[in-house]
Amino acid sequence: MSDFTTHEHDVLVIGAGGAGLRAAIEAAASGVKVGLVCKSLLGKAHTVMAEGGAAAAMGNVDDRDSWKVHFADTMRGGQYLNNPRMAQLHAQEAPERVKELEAWGALFDRTKDGRILQRNFGGHRYPRLAHVGDRTGLEMIRVLQDHGIHQGIDVHMEVTVTKLLLDGGRIAGAFAYDRERGRFRVFKCKAIVIATGGIGRAYEITSNSWEYTGDGQTLAYDAGAELLDMEFVQFHPTGMIWPPSVRGILVTEGVRGEGGVLKNKAGERFMFKDIPENYKNQTADNPEEGWRYTQGDKNARRPPELLTRDHVARCIQREVREGRGSPHGGAFLDIAWIKEKIPGAKEHIKKKLPSMYHQFKQLADIDITETPMEVGPTTHYIMGGVKVDGDTQMSKVPGLFAAGEAAAGLHGANRLGGNSLSDLLVFGKRAGQFAAEFAKKNGNVKVDEAQVSAAAKQALEPFDRQGGENPYTVQQDLQKMMQKLVGIVRQEEEMKQAMGELEKLKARAAKVGAFGNREYNPGWHTALDLRNLLTVSEAITRAAIERKESRGGHFRDDYPNKDAAAAKFNLVIWKGDGGAQQMRREARADIPADLKQIIDDEAKATEVK
Amino acid sequence: MSQVTFRIWRGEGKEGEFKEYKTEITEGMVVLDAVHQIQAESAGDMAVRWNCKAGKCGSCSAEVNGMPKLMCMTRMNTLPQDKPITIEPIKAFPRIKDLVTDVSWNFDVKKRIKKFKPRPPDAPDGTWRMQQEDIDRPQEFRKCIECFLCQDVCHVLRDHHMHESFIGPRFLIYTAALEMHPLDTENRAKDLKDEFGIGLCNITKCCTKVCPENITITDNGIIPLKERVVDEFFDPVNKLLRIFKPNS
Repeated sequence: MSDFTTHEHDVLVIGAGGAGLRAAIEAAASGVKVGLVCKSLLGKAHTVMAEGGAAAAMGNVDDRDSWKVHFADTMRGGQYLNNPRMAQLHAQEAPERVKELEAWGALFDRTKDGRILQRNFGGHRYPRLAHVGDRTGLEMIRVLQDHGIHQGIDVHMEVTVTKLLLDGGRIAGAFAYDRERGRFRVFKCKAIVIATGGIGRAYEITSNSWEYTGDGQTLAYDAGAELLDMEFVQFHPTGMIWPPSVRGILVTEGVRGEGGVLKNKAGERFMFKDIPENYKNQTADNPEEGWRYTQGDKNARRPPELLTRDHVARCIQREVREGRGSPHGGAFLDIAWIKEKIPGAKEHIKKKLPSMYHQFKQLADIDITETPMEVGPTTHYIMGGVKVDGDTQMSKVPGLFAAGEAAAGLHGANRLGGNSLSDLLVFGKRAGQFAAEFAKKNGNVKVDEAQVSAAAKQALEPFDRQGGENPYTVQQDLQKMMQKLVGIVRQEEEMKQAMGELEKLKARAAKVGAFGNREYNPGWHTALDLRNLLTVSEAITRAAIERKESRGGHFRDDYPNKDAAAAKFNLVIWKGDGGAQQMRREARADIPADLKQIIDDEAKATEVK
Repeated sequence: MSQVTFRIWRGEGKEGEFKEYKTEITEGMVVLDAVHQIQAESAGDMAVRWNCKAGKCGSCSAEVNGMPKLMCMTRMNTLPQDKPITIEPIKAFPRIKDLVTDVSWNFDVKKRIKKFKPRPPDAPDGTWRMQQEDIDRPQEFRKCIECFLCQDVCHVLRDHHMHESFIGPRFLIYTAALEMHPLDTENRAKDLKDEFGIGLCNITKCCTKVCPENITITDNGIIPLKERVVDEFFDPVNKLLRIFKPNS
């Protein structure tokens, strides 16, 4: 048996972005022993990239806002495939969670009367996003990190978990390696919170870093948990597209929230051409009204640039396909134009969008206060993930919890911008709380040595294949294939082809080799991550073939419309006894009468306008 | 498109050497792209930290042609490409492998700084009121992405290795952000003087020059902290007061 170090915790949190940190803080606060593992250094997780803000109906800027409106907005944005209980809890608890950050030292931008300032964002009826310029994610991860390090949490940095360990169907621990030396670690624990984020690295063009390889989804799936809504991948409408090396890097929706507009090469504001029926009543029908909305006019309706992300991404795609795109195959995002409207626009833009200014200036030689940006869709987020109980965040496996992007349910078919930072606070806290409770209520577990040995053997396999294929090549081929065949616009034939390609890639992945030794060896790490990427890619493709309609983040060329029958089910994927992926349709959770009433009331309220 | 030669530090711990690699450079590439390309083409086990690739996470710090930089924000076209481009790890911390260094000291230092301690809430709902102009300064410090480039160039750490007695510019502005936070009630002046070695900084401003977030580390952060320490401990009136009221 391989050498390994053993660590014992009551609760082990995997992933140290916002959800993981929040879960660890909550679990530690309840008095249990908490371990936190992360693949990078602390404070580097993808939360740091979040720009726009955290959605919470505090009503600081517009007191007409309430949890009910936020709930209805989230459900509408998710095309009613959301778990209504999660959407309710999220809307109700987000304000408390955001205020709590202030008590821990966060410094959000302020209103004139000194309260937390809130900004407009796509799909949110009122200004709702607590923010710090366009670096809200950095503020959030830093405040959670700086608070968390004083809570007695054992942090294990640059450690990658490759397998969850079970004791009679219950969570018993995790097997991992440290990246620095390549030594093995065994974590013995009574409960685990998966907070590993998304799957962006399955695609060629993505805003996600190397970390987002579907680890948590795959760990849970292998341990017997179910995956939900995997067909719903969010392609953020505005990623950088030029120069090629920056393709995919995010351009915050905040640019549009501050008055930025989308134009095609003819200079036309094309978003006005296609406003979905269910948003017509709350969308401006002329540029003047849209501008007034971004400047806080409560009687104005939002500009079509602030429609939901799925819709905006498709509109850009359409302009490009029909020959009206920008020179490098995207659309123009123009914030510089606001100088026609306000004095001192240049300074205003720099103050409101400092990191965007910086990013374009440095990476693309473009001054966004003078020149429009070129943007196009980029793989950003997965709405699907580990299927969990709406209240406790526990999966089907006793003791296994999930929160944040790795979990599914809150966002349904499409996530609203700003609902991710609030998601990770609300459900990170809940996952930590219930994982700690679970650990307190349940007795000791035993780590099975056979499972540890098997995991160690599997982790070392790439070294046994000296001369095997280069893992980077297989990863790149997978990314290109998923981008081309299961990307933003999908169709049956291509996706069936993708299933065939996935089989070939699996065979190749089983033969990749690792060169060198175990010390900080990214080639070896990439080889091990491939399995996870392939598992989630297969789940995405399988579910996307099954959903024969277009809804939210899932758009099918061959079924371009919504299908009422398909609105009645979610797709669930799990690992069958023989190891093959299984899928079933599961009737969508009924929306309880009181919540249904809120949705109807909100729909009526917007009609009056 | 052109072939460019790189000299990259390869090695484990203290042992190592520069190795040469050639790769194709295309329009808009940054140094990190070139490193990744080399990694995928011919050096699969080359260790490098990175995450966001957009200057927001502060992972990919290194010295490029001797200058401390974020590799993801250093455009290839800003470097002379007719001679080899040198990439080596930052120097204020022990090397682990290739471009990766052991920065754990920084995480230990942060733990030693007294945490945020807010005054009681201003409003019955448990919230506070702060004016934007009162938080502009601490917000500037909170832009820090913890890339540790300022630590790398600080001669107290880099050349004199005084990690035991000096916390470095990163943690001085971290402390400054706490001290200037309108809600904070903690006092860290004594720690700054006795534990954190603020007196060791002699304001060469190297840290400010390399900060990728353009934080005015010395002028806006360290100097006001120095003044605070002087006011509290070296001001003759306060000194007298302390003699008569030792607990004040």
